[in-house]
Amino acid sequence: MAAAENYPADLKYHSEHDWARIEGAEAVFGITWKAQDMLGELVFFQPPVVGATVTKDGAYGEIESVKAVSDLVAPLSGKVIQVNDKLQSTPETINDDPYGEGWLVRIELADPAEADALLDVEAYKQLLVEE
Amino acid sequence: MPGLKRTPLFDRHIALGARMVPFAGYEMPVFYEGVISEHKAVRTDSGAFDASHMGVLEIAGPGTHQGLQQLLSNDLDRIGAGEAQYELMTNEQGGIVDDLIVYRRDEESYLVIVNASNRETDVSWLTERLPQGVDFRDVSDDRALIAVQGPGALKRLGLEPARSFTFAEIELFGVPCICARTGYTGEAGCELVCAADSAVKLWDAILAAGVAPCGLGARDTLRLEACLPLHGQDITPETDPISAGLGWAVALGKEFTGIERLRQIAAEGPSKRLVPFVMDQPGIPRQGMSIVPYGEVTSGSHSPMLDIGIGMGYVESKKGEPGSMLTIDVRGRPLWAVVVTKPVYTSSRKYTDRKGEW
Repeated sequence: MAAAENYPADLKYHSEHDWARIEGAEAVFGITWKAQDMLGELVFFQPPVVGATVTKDGAYGEIESVKAVSDLVAPLSGKVIQVNDKLQSTPETINDDPYGEGWLVRIELADPAEADALLDVEAYKQLLVEE
Repeated sequence: MPGLKRTPLFDRHIALGARMVPFAGYEMPVFYEGVISEHKAVRTDSGAFDASHMGVLEIAGPGTHQGLQQLLSNDLDRIGAGEAQYELMTNEQGGIVDDLIVYRRDEESYLVIVNASNRETDVSWLTERLPQGVDFRDVSDDRALIAVQGPGALKRLGLEPARSFTFAEIELFGVPCICARTGYTGEAGCELVCAADSAVKLWDAILAAGVAPCGLGARDTLRLEACLPLHGQDITPETDPISAGLGWAVALGKEFTGIERLRQIAAEGPSKRLVPFVMDQPGIPRQGMSIVPYGEVTSGSHSPMLDIGIGMGYVESKKGEPGSMLTIDVRGRPLWAVVVTKPVYTSSRKYTDRKGEW
């Protein structure tokens, strides 16, 4: 069952419809409700390997629906320390719970100050209205 | 959407909450609830598709039969009134201008249903080549076409089973229509052609009978699992029916446009063949990806029934036997796939049924 449209206030947002939840020196990444809605039912997640370096605004993996492929864009830079392996068998979890069980990767932040450049929830919602 | 045409069922699609996309000049539903649930509805019970964007041609009068015989690949002498036949319309080089289904109504009267994307090309091709005096009408804008497909489809509509590729003029839910036992999903069912202004009444009655509305997304994944080619991707004016595995629809013994070249290809054996394949590793093949070293994916997607990537593509003939391993370049990742038998998946037949043979 697809989630209802929502954008949690405790997240930081990237304009490519990715989110980051900052937890001290680490951050969890995922895609927003809008991203999963645009793609449709997700059927495949190609994650980065643990230990890989991700760069803010760069692609760090791929996600596919029946009809479309999309790059995953890193909201922040760092090193991958955990991948949500459950998505290999149940990628539709991203549609069902994009901010919870549908998280994608956990990284060790290279520069926590980068987060200042991300959007807060109000700015992200404004972006959605303008798009 | 500006510049796009709408089918008679447009308002119904919007009311059902469909996601609309441009397709072949029309604004069409890609899904209502979701591609996967709609796909599974057709494989397990029934689904209804608005296919009113397709071209519907009425061709009749003295010279029609012989005229079509000279332009289409299959042998029209093998069907009588009330029977249908799959055809390739080929150019002088044996390339496929379009694939279509003819419905023979009488000795000299045919209904022809063609791909929406090729409607104008086909109308020009046919009118320039059919004999003088043949009455040719493009009635596409006055007709609606609703496909109802799936193992439970006929029961839902209260229709008795009938032989595949036959049709009859009937009244269904009070709507006069042509009910053809054809389709594009690999399942039993029918395709209904009715007057445009009766389409809403027929559609509402079909959905009220418990048939799930399905969009173009499921239509594409269903036809791919069933290994039915899509013109413009798997077959084109640059590819021929023999290489595409459609030799069964080519009457090599009769004369029609492109026959000399097709006889030559059939005699020599095609250098490339269109084959279905199933991924042996996680990853989804997509149209245009390379099959290393000498081939190309023409259709690829996720199979909702098998939950893996599947596709079709042209490979060197010697690599085209079921069981052959292929390497597909999935955005830089070389992934293994295996050539399989047709169909990959329908409710009654699966490629794994015959796996023991290879």
